[in-house]
Amino acid sequence: MFVQVNGEAMELPGGATIAVLIDRLTLTGKRLAVEVNEDIVPRSQHEQFTLSEGDRVEVVHAIGGG
Amino acid sequence: MTETAEIQLPEDKPLEIAGKVYQSRLLVGTGKYHDLMETGHAIEASGAEIVTVAVRRTNLGQNPDEPNLLDVISPETYTILPNTAGCYTAKDAVRTCKLARELLDGHDLVKLEVLGEHKTLYPNMPETLAAAEALIKDGFQVMVYCSDDPLLAMRLEEMGCVAIMPLGAPIGSGLGIQNRYNIRLIVENARVPVLVDAGVGTASDATIAMELGCDGVLMNTAIAQAKDPIRMANAMRLAIESGREAYLAGRMPKKLYASASSPIDGTFF
Repeated sequence: MFVQVNGEAMELPGGATIAVLIDRLTLTGKRLAVEVNEDIVPRSQHEQFTLSEGDRVEVVHAIGGG
Repeated sequence: MTETAEIQLPEDKPLEIAGKVYQSRLLVGTGKYHDLMETGHAIEASGAEIVTVAVRRTNLGQNPDEPNLLDVISPETYTILPNTAGCYTAKDAVRTCKLARELLDGHDLVKLEVLGEHKTLYPNMPETLAAAEALIKDGFQVMVYCSDDPLLAMRLEEMGCVAIMPLGAPIGSGLGIQNRYNIRLIVENARVPVLVDAGVGTASDATIAMELGCDGVLMNTAIAQAKDPIRMANAMRLAIESGREAYLAGRMPKKLYASASSPIDGTFF
């Protein structure tokens, strides 16, 4: 299936969880936050939350800013 | 305290924001530095305890080999203040704050800024008010970047914002405080901390903000874009302290003509 991750199409196995996506992005263990279709998915749910075809996922972190 | 300072001045009441007490009245950003090492050193030199960060997609903004900003500016050491920079609508600002709260394990202090247009980055106040209302309802502690309109500042306080942060001049302009009288009016009316956010260019600008009675100053570019950011961070720390002391001391009244400092009586010529 295809999902939109940070604005770009990405192919993932059907039923992939957010934890799988984060692993694919090589971001496991990093401090980040995830939103699916504009709703926050808390870190505690990353292992269970399964993504669906066409989901819009945002993976964000803190960077320098004023 | 140096050994020569025998006179003890009465202690200042420290800055308190959303129930937390801070010794430093200088708040700093983390943008526009050459690298994270310089960021860390400048922040240390500034003495700041509250440090702003931006929230962005993971594929943007950082070299993957570099450590994460929050590894250098640790949330255990600093109060991290996520901003909503780059947001032009209340909706985007609220989304950004929710992501920031998740990122920072439920930490709910945010710097709300909703911008109006690219050229001036002037705040869009109708959207700022809408976002503040939604965020406060959702349990956020909102420090709000706003125009220097005294009535809107009061409105934001009444809504429940924990700090009012009018601009001194456009973000990143370094023009200094353009309307001292408005800042003064905002300070006089406010019962929550007032901090000048944006517009400071050099140390004297920060001192002026503090002399006007502001509770603090938030700055980024003035330090990061100085030739020597670490030295400027130290200058800003001193400027904030000096301005605060001068405010507490109460300046002499301004006069149009001279007033001799030495007695007129007893001259022998």
